[in-house]
Amino acid sequence: MGWVDTILQGLLLGGLYALFATGLSLIFGVMRIVNLAHGDFSILAAFLAVVVVETAGLNPFLALLLVAPLMAALGYALQTLVLNRLLGRGILPPILVTFGLSIIIQNALLEIFSADSRRLNPGGIETASLSLGGGLAIGWFPFLTLGVAVLILVGLQLLIGRLSVGRAFRATSDDQETAELMGIDNRRLYGLAMALSLGIVAVAGVFLGIRTTFTFSSGPDRLLFAFEAVIIGGLGSLWGTLVGGAVLGIAQTVGAKLSPGWGILTGHLVFLAVLLLRPQGLFTRRRRVS
Amino acid sequence: MPPTALRIERTTRASRLGAVVAVLVLIVLLSLPAWGSPSAMRILVEFIALLVLAQMWNLLAGYAGLVSIGQQAYVGLGGYALIVLADDLGVNPFVAVPLAGLVAAALALPTAALVFRFHGGYFAVGTWAIAEVYRLLVANTPALGRGSGRTLKAVFPLARESRELTTYVLALAIGVAALVATYAVLRSRYGLGLMAIRDSEHGADTLGVDVFRIKLGVYVGVAFGTGMTGALIYLNLLRISPDAGFSINWTAYTIFIVVIGGLGSLEGPLIGTALFFLVREYLAGFGAWYMILLGALAVGVMLAYPQGLWGLVADRWDLRFFPVQRRVRIERN
Amino acid sequence: MTLLSVRGLSAFYGSFQALFDVSLEAGEGETVAVIGANGAGKTTVLRTIAGALPVPASAVRFDGAPVGGRPAHELVDRGIVLVPEGRRIFPSLTVEENLLIGAYRGRPGRWTLARVFELFPVLAERRRQPGTNLSGGEQQMLAIGRGLMANPRLLLVDEISLGLAPLVIQGLYRVLRVIAAEGITTLVVDQNVSQILPLAQRVYCLRKGAVSLEGRPADLTRARIAAAYFGA
Repeated sequence: MGWVDTILQGLLLGGLYALFATGLSLIFGVMRIVNLAHGDFSILAAFLAVVVVETAGLNPFLALLLVAPLMAALGYALQTLVLNRLLGRGILPPILVTFGLSIIIQNALLEIFSADSRRLNPGGIETASLSLGGGLAIGWFPFLTLGVAVLILVGLQLLIGRLSVGRAFRATSDDQETAELMGIDNRRLYGLAMALSLGIVAVAGVFLGIRTTFTFSSGPDRLLFAFEAVIIGGLGSLWGTLVGGAVLGIAQTVGAKLSPGWGILTGHLVFLAVLLLRPQGLFTRRRRVS
Repeated sequence: MPPTALRIERTTRASRLGAVVAVLVLIVLLSLPAWGSPSAMRILVEFIALLVLAQMWNLLAGYAGLVSIGQQAYVGLGGYALIVLADDLGVNPFVAVPLAGLVAAALALPTAALVFRFHGGYFAVGTWAIAEVYRLLVANTPALGRGSGRTLKAVFPLARESRELTTYVLALAIGVAALVATYAVLRSRYGLGLMAIRDSEHGADTLGVDVFRIKLGVYVGVAFGTGMTGALIYLNLLRISPDAGFSINWTAYTIFIVVIGGLGSLEGPLIGTALFFLVREYLAGFGAWYMILLGALAVGVMLAYPQGLWGLVADRWDLRFFPVQRRVRIERN
Repeated sequence: MTLLSVRGLSAFYGSFQALFDVSLEAGEGETVAVIGANGAGKTTVLRTIAGALPVPASAVRFDGAPVGGRPAHELVDRGIVLVPEGRRIFPSLTVEENLLIGAYRGRPGRWTLARVFELFPVLAERRRQPGTNLSGGEQQMLAIGRGLMANPRLLLVDEISLGLAPLVIQGLYRVLRVIAAEGITTLVVDQNVSQILPLAQRVYCLRKGAVSLEGRPADLTRARIAAAYFGA
């Protein structure tokens, strides 16, 4: 029974990882930028939620309704005021600038919130469990997380597939220059993509903060897991990130069950194995690896 | 019309001056043990270590176009290799320093096999992921001291002054060697190929430049330099742990140094390291603000002056102390 | 009435000069041909007018207003639309989506999805297929249709017959005639001189980035054109 439970836990954890991975994958698809501060932004969102909860006494889920749009706006500002200025200058500047932002965010969080670990308390749901019969039970909250992840993915899929702006995303991703000639204002479009990315990663951050404790330095690991989930799932596939997240989550929970210190390392090793054996990931739409 | 002759030359007035100044500085540094304090020597070892790390990263990213944020893997590997070689295998600790570099280079080969499957931003994150794997592997290995790390015991028999003196001289040797080696590589045909790859990998490929081998060569060579420097650092500090040896801060410092000083030049890292130490001296008491300032400086410089501080000076006054490009001089008779 | 006026246009790709003091004009409703050998600068002229290169504002005047160097999306708003060399169909979009993207700016006008499908029935048949699944000729139709969806006042067509079979080219020129009949001003680049000249009211020949000949096709002899095309 222990193993089935472990795998289920891993699957549900995958939902959270998929949330982290989606934003990263989106902006890479549209703009070919890797936001090295991606994880740190999610932790920033979690801390913002802490502030809202502590000052307004709101439930974290309600706080999320404030924090997510705020982070989306921050994403739009970040892209249009800072990252757009680096367009056309090669791959180096965005990497270096987002790395610098990562360091700034972490240290700012350290200064403002100290090194104490925090947690968001939604009042009980995080410990409630759902019985599946046969002696199996899963936590309500991880289940909810997976549900939210699927919902967001469906929403994103619809946006990209049906809406005009989604077509613009795809066209810009295919051929940025021609998209511009068709009248697509790249700068605003990128701003929108970054807004979406940070809005989604804010959801991920708050859900993480409910699930477990976090500190100012929790960001980089989130980026790594998001990255691994994207690579395992395969670039260019939204549903692939869900599968990638699940595979990573299961690897981590199984590894932790085998030996307590080995959970995360097992995840890394599975990632490396996929990289070695099937570098294009489990589902890919495109031929290139990056 | 009078006949014109074209001369290809490398040295400039500034570079001739630069060479003289460099030799003078070296002489001063060599004499330091005679008149300087032990703490001055220790700071210089640290300075040289960071400078070499920055130059290595500069070679990788600024010249070969390989943006790695996982070089801390080799710092940690070099540090641990030093301890294993010196304490467990009985090698002379000072000899172990370059050997540790070789260990790092050896590990760089399978690492490259994995990480070269990525390009651009994903390459950067991939290098970081691998560094994390190394950190976790080391942290889970009992023989390497697990999470608490190990102390370099092989130097205990030595008197403090002679250890510090030898470390200092070793550091100087490594610093000079790194500078000379980097300069030599960049002025060679190999270096030309490197810069071609940086500017356009595809273009270089079509011209017959063996892109993969050159990139691999640089990656492994830089791993050697980084690993050797890691060993030097921990020879100086005497104690290593996974969190310290594999800390992302090594990469953060070197990136800031290179970005602020100037990417893609040999003078840049020098300026950057000097600035870094200055900032650290003045802001040491301010905790996290010092990192915030460094980060903001790096971001600001990247946005406004992408050539870095040295690039600004060099382009304005056409100064190149360590010239790498060839210039065409047109002479009229 | 002059719709497009290019005066003294010099354009650079970095430090490489591609155009030297080029001047040309297109009157409203005219079809203007731009011919010349490979590398003469024809594509650069069109791309510059469409906003892909930085140039002084006064170098390009549209409907009297200086528009040089304005971003491409702003120019599409004004009605300047480019059908790029090589078609540049978006592989991630279906035929229908490629057309819809042409209408991204939402310029009002008579061209709708239905009308484009009427003009190019083969596109209607393949509407749900990925845009790049089409043959070369069909992709050219798609590219032109995509351009029309923006309801242009000035349509710039770059290398309309490149790589296409003669029969297909004839079909495309029939379409050009329909477009011209609508009153849309067109600037067409084609290496197929014999096809484009009968259609045009004005022709410009480019050589090495400069205008080597201009005039009305009727006034120009083959010999003069050949000389301007290849150089004396």
